[in-house]
Amino acid sequence: MQDMGIEVLFQGRNFVRLLEGLWVTVRISVFSVIVSILLGIILGMIMTMKNPLLRIITRCYLEFVRIMPQLVLLFLVYFGLTKMFRINLSGEISAIIVFVIWGTAEMGDLVRGALTSIPVHQYESGKALGLTTVQNYCYVIIPQTIRRLLPQAINLVTRMIKTTSLIVLIGVVEVVKVGQQIIEASRLTSPSAAVWVYGVIFFLYFIVCYPISILSKRLEVKWRN
Amino acid sequence: MDFNFIREYVPYFIAAAVLTIRIASIGISISILFGLLCSIIRYFRIPILHRLIDIYIELSRNTPLLIQLFFLYFGLPKLGIVLSSETCAITGLVFLGGSYMAEAFRSGLEAIGNSQIEAGLSLGLTKSQVIRFIVLPQAISISIPAFSANVIFLIKETSVFSAVALIDLMNVAKDLIGLYYKTDETLFMLVSSYLIILLPLSIAFTLIERRLRHAGYGN
Repeated sequence: MQDMGIEVLFQGRNFVRLLEGLWVTVRISVFSVIVSILLGIILGMIMTMKNPLLRIITRCYLEFVRIMPQLVLLFLVYFGLTKMFRINLSGEISAIIVFVIWGTAEMGDLVRGALTSIPVHQYESGKALGLTTVQNYCYVIIPQTIRRLLPQAINLVTRMIKTTSLIVLIGVVEVVKVGQQIIEASRLTSPSAAVWVYGVIFFLYFIVCYPISILSKRLEVKWRN
Repeated sequence: MDFNFIREYVPYFIAAAVLTIRIASIGISISILFGLLCSIIRYFRIPILHRLIDIYIELSRNTPLLIQLFFLYFGLPKLGIVLSSETCAITGLVFLGGSYMAEAFRSGLEAIGNSQIEAGLSLGLTKSQVIRFIVLPQAISISIPAFSANVIFLIKETSVFSAVALIDLMNVAKDLIGLYYKTDETLFMLVSSYLIILLPLSIAFTLIERRLRHAGYGN
């Protein structure tokens, strides 16, 4: 049993390096989530407007972004945008651009769904009780919208974190890349390191995403009515 | 845009698209069956198995496909299990898709009230007839929207197969960009290939959903 491969994880700073790599992943997704929630709320409000032109534009944007695999979007920005405008974008910046574009579309659709799911009589009874429009929104509409929106928005965070694993393919040094570096560096001393390193990365993602999806599920059950 | 270049390399994209579609359809069919099995086991609370399936569903829903594939393709050979990249891709897709399909079917099964089953039994139907004629038709029509979203999601997920050395659309695109530096043409072909695969499906599913909405009763 001279070689189990597992000891590679504890050599030097290897485990800390993996965690640092995970931090890059989480940082990119948290930043993109915050920006796309803000932009998504605006987009969702635009989508509920009655203006036909705006409706067609937002619809096309939404359909295109949702139908393209995220990896294709990453390629479009990382290879296409940079060549078209002769600019130099790092992998990390292109990842953030893509995740903001994608997240805004998803979030916008969630906001639109939440806003249109509020029945008209809620608006009308608020008015009938003598509330002003601002009061109506603050005390009646927005609290209900948030209850419908928040569980799905949290769910979007886990999807975003899972999708950030793709950025290794456009050359960002994050947890998977660090794992590959560790495997390559110990290729001769412990050839079976790959099982352990990829196994650990698998569980790292699980440990990050699982609490968030539990939270989303709890909120959904709690706020069902 | 260099149209000669596009004409020359379109066959590569067609071959890659065929491969993508083939693997996606095999993987998705198996994951539908697997997901249905999982959801039935959970619905009837079969002792130990339903705990195992709970764990599997949480594990597979909370980890990315890319990592699952890397583990299968680079990790397992070190333990003596060597899978070809195609088997890897299909296994990964089923591992991921099974749990999503199971969740879709579960939501359908749970939406069928007990009163429906009891009404069926009191009409003199046997238990298997109740499942066949009352539970499943309603459950399937309720879970169709989630189900079709999953199919599209899984086809999109096949784009990461290039990471396990399959010659799929992404792989061809990456090669052409690297070899000839024809970024615009290559990306144009890449985007159109995915649009050609996914747009008709997405439209078809919307139409099916619209038709099946009439199938729900009892609310």
